[in-house]
Amino acid sequence: MARAAASGRSFLGHSYNLVGVVASLVILAWTLVAIFAPTIIPHPIGDIVDDDYFGPMRQGLWLGSDYLGRDMLSRVLMGARYTVGISLAAVSIACFSGVVLGMLAAVTGGWFDTCLSRFLDAMNSIPSKLFGLVVVAAVGSSIPVLILTLAVIYIPGAYRFARALAVNINTMDFMTVARVRGESTAYLIGSEVLPNIIRPVLADFGLRFVFIVLLLSGLSFLGLGLQPPLADWGALVRENIGGLPFAAPAVVVPSLAIASLTISVNLLIDNLPQKIRDRDA
Amino acid sequence: MTNLVEVRNLRIEATTDAGRVVEIIKGVSLDIADGEIVALIGESGSGKTTVALSLMGHVRPGCRITGGEININGKDMAALREKERAKLRGTDIAYVPQSAAASFNPASTIMEQVIEVTRIHRLMPPEQARKRAVELFRALSLPDPQAIGARYPHQVSGGQLQRLAAAMALIGDPKLVIFDEPTTALDVTTQIDVLKAFKSVMRAGGIAGVYVSHDLAVVAQIADRIVVLKGGEVQETGTTAEILSAAKHPYTRELLAAFEPKRRQSHAGAEAAANQLLRIDNVTAGYGAVRDNGLPLIRAVDSVSLIVEKGRNLGVIGESGCGKSTLARVIAGIHPAAAGDIIFNGKPLQRAAGKRSQDQLREMQIVFQYADTALNPAKPVEDIIARPLAFYHGLDRQARSKRVDELLDMVRLPRTLRYRHPSELSGGQKQRVNFARALAADPKLIICDEITSALDTVVASAVIELLKELQRELGLSYIFISHDLSVVEAICDEIMVMYNGQRVEQIAPDKVQAAAHPYSKLLFSSVPKLDPTWLDGLVRDPELVSQYGHR
Repeated sequence: MARAAASGRSFLGHSYNLVGVVASLVILAWTLVAIFAPTIIPHPIGDIVDDDYFGPMRQGLWLGSDYLGRDMLSRVLMGARYTVGISLAAVSIACFSGVVLGMLAAVTGGWFDTCLSRFLDAMNSIPSKLFGLVVVAAVGSSIPVLILTLAVIYIPGAYRFARALAVNINTMDFMTVARVRGESTAYLIGSEVLPNIIRPVLADFGLRFVFIVLLLSGLSFLGLGLQPPLADWGALVRENIGGLPFAAPAVVVPSLAIASLTISVNLLIDNLPQKIRDRDA
Repeated sequence: MTNLVEVRNLRIEATTDAGRVVEIIKGVSLDIADGEIVALIGESGSGKTTVALSLMGHVRPGCRITGGEININGKDMAALREKERAKLRGTDIAYVPQSAAASFNPASTIMEQVIEVTRIHRLMPPEQARKRAVELFRALSLPDPQAIGARYPHQVSGGQLQRLAAAMALIGDPKLVIFDEPTTALDVTTQIDVLKAFKSVMRAGGIAGVYVSHDLAVVAQIADRIVVLKGGEVQETGTTAEILSAAKHPYTRELLAAFEPKRRQSHAGAEAAANQLLRIDNVTAGYGAVRDNGLPLIRAVDSVSLIVEKGRNLGVIGESGCGKSTLARVIAGIHPAAAGDIIFNGKPLQRAAGKRSQDQLREMQIVFQYADTALNPAKPVEDIIARPLAFYHGLDRQARSKRVDELLDMVRLPRTLRYRHPSELSGGQKQRVNFARALAADPKLIICDEITSALDTVVASAVIELLKELQRELGLSYIFISHDLSVVEAICDEIMVMYNGQRVEQIAPDKVQAAAHPYSKLLFSSVPKLDPTWLDGLVRDPELVSQYGHR
């Protein structure tokens, strides 16, 4: 606390520090890129614009060219769209369902809790990459399938996390007071439990987002993610892996993109603004 | 001759999370002579624990000593380096914490932990240390002193653990022992044993002590001198007799006045007696597997019957574990009874709260001991109080807002408090909000489960006064559950004594001295009095103690 107060500054009753600000700026930048990618890319992603493959950085092709001579800058910018978009959709579904089910299980208890917990534990025991492989092999790869698969893989984790937090809240006297008042389960979950666990749940949301970005990149690297000519960052690394001996920017840049996004999210979670409780200051 | 402890103009500052510096100890000076026991007394936040800890050169994280001297035995604790301070801790100065249960390591035996100090400071070989520990156990009148060291902390009672913590402090032959509210968490019957043991050991060894407490009656038994603290400053210093008989400072007088609560005038006498508000008949409830006869394995409440009349109050008193809180939960339907009838307002009630009608739930409200956990920390005060208004009475936003103001007025809180979160309120304010929420339902009966035991004496007596006033205005009835006889005496028309899940006796508060049942006698005689000679003069029937006291 003392360190944060010394190195941070305050804004709207919260103190924040420099690392958190930089991290959120990086995330904001990638989000803007994801939204406006189609209007800012210099070349269409499928066009071959370079005579050479694995071309170096130069004027006009700021990040060089890929293994077919396509513009790498355009492909990375568009890749942001798929990586951020798919991951965000998947993590939203996973966290929403996981947290609602987790709170429900904690507040209801009994058979509902036992059955749901065992079922999701069983789900959790399936290795995530293997699960992704099987689903994609069975129903083919498309954006909705990817989103749903990634979401299903991460629901048990979100459920466990939310349930563990909600069980603690559930033992508090204000929960007993609300129950004796005759409140419905929906009110108990939404109004009494959720406001008390929202901060750790948001932190978990960010962490799970990182996991999903990495898993999506992994699946794409294996060729099971997005199909050409579309490409997310993971797919970009894979298709340009042949450029590694030439130190081509085509393989380095998407790797850096994945690293910058995931590390920024992690840093932001670790440096979330702290609410200042001392009101007299 | 110089004193053992000489604190001069001590200043301690803390830094808040906004970077603001707050002075929490503002120039405190005090002296302790060899073998003298000095009590630090004051409300929570008065700085009494901070001063006590600073005698060891220790401050809590975020605080620092900014000025003054702390001379212990000729050494200035504030100026020493941490390594040198560590050498003195355990050998010159020792500390007995408030909750021994939380301070023992559950994974190793008591003996190992008691003699740890001698090992760290290389005072004596382990064999000798064990012998010394057994002597201390005997001096502290612990049962089975030879074997108790081999047990683990969870295998002994709270009162024993507190005495074992004292043994741990005394094994290094300290010159000064700091007791930080060591009996606050104990029952009155246990508290006496612990106090007696502390007193005799300290006297025998001629050890000086600092006794931190907010309970004037306890302090009166053990201390030679009393230092009254408030807001980080010494308000008054004097011998125990001086403070008790001729207190000069207004705050000290307030503390003394809070100890003698005004009795409630039994106004509604005969005419109210016809109206039974709540009657419970032979209610049994408990925990564990249900056996063939439909009763649970462990019966926390064992065929208890009671009657509460309209506008009158029933007090339920007993030691911890006697089933009084379970009784409250059974009546409220939180813990459904296994057998017996609950009749409220002339109609039988379902045992489980979930099956009772909304009106039945509304008319019976329960207020819990810890306002910290009973108020949702994520919501502002107005939302907390307004919820029963919307839920039971269906008031719209404007009407709710108006009613919240009225309720805040009723519990004597400023209206501007409504925008604050519970974490921004003091203990007494939280308990008032807790109570305002119960009032918002417009109840006929309020069950108060130990609502004053987490509060300071002065604050608690203010809360009790408030309850009495509200009763006059609103015609409420209370069931008042407590382990503190003075609180129950102050507000109740009838007192029910519980022991081991059973109703032992029911008497009027003015007949407490003439209790018939032996357990009631023991309980009532164990309540400390504001008389320094009370503990020494106390003679208890050894047969009673062995039968009912958990030593």
